[in-house]
Amino acid sequence: MSLPAETAASLSLADRARRAIGDTNLQTALAKVTAALGAEGTAARTDPDMVERRRRGAAIRREVLDDLDGWLDRLQAKLESLGITVHRAAGPDEARRIVLEIARAEGVKLAVKSKSMATEEVHLNAALEADGIEVVETDLGEYIIQLAHEMPSHIIAPAVHKTVPQVAQLFTETAGRPLPDDRTALCAFARERLRSKFLAAEMGITGANFVTADTGTIVLVTNEGNGRMCTSLPRVHVAVMPVEKVLPRFADLGVMLPLLTRTATGQRLSTYVSMITGPRRPGETDGPERLHVVFLDHNRRSLLGTPYQEMLCCIRCGACLNVCPVYRRIGGHAYDAVYSGPMGAVLTPLLSGGSEGRDLPDASSLCGACSEVCPVGIPLADLLVRLRADLRTPGPAVPPAPPWPGHQADPGAPVGFPGDAPGRPSDAKPGARAARRLGFGAWARLWASPAGYRLSAAAARRLGRVAPPALIRHTPLVRGWGEGRDIPLPAPRSFRQRLAARREDGW
Amino acid sequence: MGTDVALFVTCLVDQLAPDAGVAAVRLLEAAGCTVAFPEAQSCCGQPALNTGEPEAAAVLARHFVEVFEPYAAVVTPSGSCAAMVHHWYPRILEGRWAERAEAIAARTYELTSFLVDRLGAAEDIARAAPLGDGVTVTVHDACHGLRVLGLKTSGRRLLEAAGATVVEMAEPEQCCGFGGTFAAKHGEISAPMADDKLAQAAATGAAYLAACDSGCLLHLAGRRRRTGQGPEPVHVAELLGRALPVGDQR
Repeated sequence: MSLPAETAASLSLADRARRAIGDTNLQTALAKVTAALGAEGTAARTDPDMVERRRRGAAIRREVLDDLDGWLDRLQAKLESLGITVHRAAGPDEARRIVLEIARAEGVKLAVKSKSMATEEVHLNAALEADGIEVVETDLGEYIIQLAHEMPSHIIAPAVHKTVPQVAQLFTETAGRPLPDDRTALCAFARERLRSKFLAAEMGITGANFVTADTGTIVLVTNEGNGRMCTSLPRVHVAVMPVEKVLPRFADLGVMLPLLTRTATGQRLSTYVSMITGPRRPGETDGPERLHVVFLDHNRRSLLGTPYQEMLCCIRCGACLNVCPVYRRIGGHAYDAVYSGPMGAVLTPLLSGGSEGRDLPDASSLCGACSEVCPVGIPLADLLVRLRADLRTPGPAVPPAPPWPGHQADPGAPVGFPGDAPGRPSDAKPGARAARRLGFGAWARLWASPAGYRLSAAAARRLGRVAPPALIRHTPLVRGWGEGRDIPLPAPRSFRQRLAARREDGW
Repeated sequence: MGTDVALFVTCLVDQLAPDAGVAAVRLLEAAGCTVAFPEAQSCCGQPALNTGEPEAAAVLARHFVEVFEPYAAVVTPSGSCAAMVHHWYPRILEGRWAERAEAIAARTYELTSFLVDRLGAAEDIARAAPLGDGVTVTVHDACHGLRVLGLKTSGRRLLEAAGATVVEMAEPEQCCGFGGTFAAKHGEISAPMADDKLAQAAATGAAYLAACDSGCLLHLAGRRRRTGQGPEPVHVAELLGRALPVGDQR
């Protein structure tokens, strides 16, 4: 986290936003990167060759979700036939325990990681480090934020909030010798550092961009080649795979890979695409001796059959962040969540079962730029509107799903991470919530009556014109409006008064 | 000739921006329409929906359906309120109410789109409301009209036909930061978004920042009064209405 955890959690979303808007380094970095990446996302939406690819990609994602448990069973059978060990984790705690137990059994002292939002989501590093295992992020952006003890501020560009001089300072502290404000020199330093880690690590940990059910192939998209190093050098490879990442067919990659890379960065294909189909076979010179895949549910299956199922179509391209006018202004850390931007504002309260990010759906002007750019057609703005309603009452927006058939709940003590503690302070007070509900209900009934509208509007107009400015400034909602804008006075005569007068003597 | 339309003026225009409503009536009449104003109308319900109170919004949605069902066409000077009817009414209402709402949505139009795309009346408007050369306008594409209804050209078409020069700002499709209750709840984010919009509009050198949604315009005007930055925010209808002859021409 960019702020000490207790500070970030104690600040409201509004205060975190104010802080971000006042940070000139952040504003410079955000404007530059979101403009560049946003233009790529927009081009990927409108280019003629992408229109059909978007349509097909959206259909493939929905084909998976219509029978997710079935596809997972078929995928598991295929993976096991290839000699891969499959684990199922109901939530972050089980996922951490599974990886930790593998690491212990293998005597792992050093693990190298390829960039993975799923492992960020379950806070895997903290659990391994608490057990004395050194964990090194090998994606350059992730390496930077690991050194800075921060969360990713963008799902595909985790260190987007940092300027080159800030990185130089960070690397200088790490190196114990001065390093220049020069990208090439800084990359060379990271490369040198990471190379020794790749060679020494016993375990490689990755996420999975896609996993194909017919061939059992784990697909990783990177631009630095670090994913390939993590999956070929260490003797054990663990891939943490959120359940929705399954694709029916290897052939679907022909649609999904360019859909992801074009929308994310404008690349027709990423510099590296690693495809792993089983551990090292006899006669092969590299690859892990043992390969584990962890299916991560974390409330995803509870979304099936609800309007929020659409969110599971997400392929983590980051396009919705780049075009979001709110993200472009406040950046990722203001969301105080692993996932930020519109997709994060939807995903965070859903994955956490309502214990995190309950105020994030409010961090949107509902402009719909996210829904428009989304390569798989997720109606993000609509889901934000729905969440505002479904998070009114305490608890999750949707009821939890039953566990996988035969899945035993993890019996052990939790493998802790403080961020998992439920009830982080972000929720409106229950009293305020009830008052809001009553207030809007009464208002709607009043305005559904012609006399009610006329009389209440007339009263408000009179009040608005005669009330002391100090009183107006302290009216809820009006106060927020007045923070940055003059409050409009009601017109001297309403439209309908002028229309009535017109019948007498014209406009 | 002679199209009968019902005007849904919207609560914001009724109470806070009546000039846009008056202009809407006069432009529709200039295009040959007979304009009815059902007195029982109030608000589309969007403030409630966007605050997370869909049940309250549904009360007003059902009210809208009852008020406007008798009319062959419903025209409103707000892309956002029209989008509420089109997109959300069938989703927040159920059963028969949803069907009735869909039927009305199919004949509910944003004002400039109705004038240009439905009536093909840009030239009639131009004759009635000649803005003349030398008027430069930059157009903000209000989000819901743009992304829900697909409106992009009709406002510009009316302005250009009337003689104005439309100059595009860098990101006309970027949200201005209004967002309904978002503007009040997150003023700290909303106001800087208005600054971005006003700065881009100012960079064009245009005299006016026009849009087809009074919510955006009230927000931008309120920010502009605070900071003094940017051209005058004005509804497309209101700008054209200023060029109509003084007094009632009926």
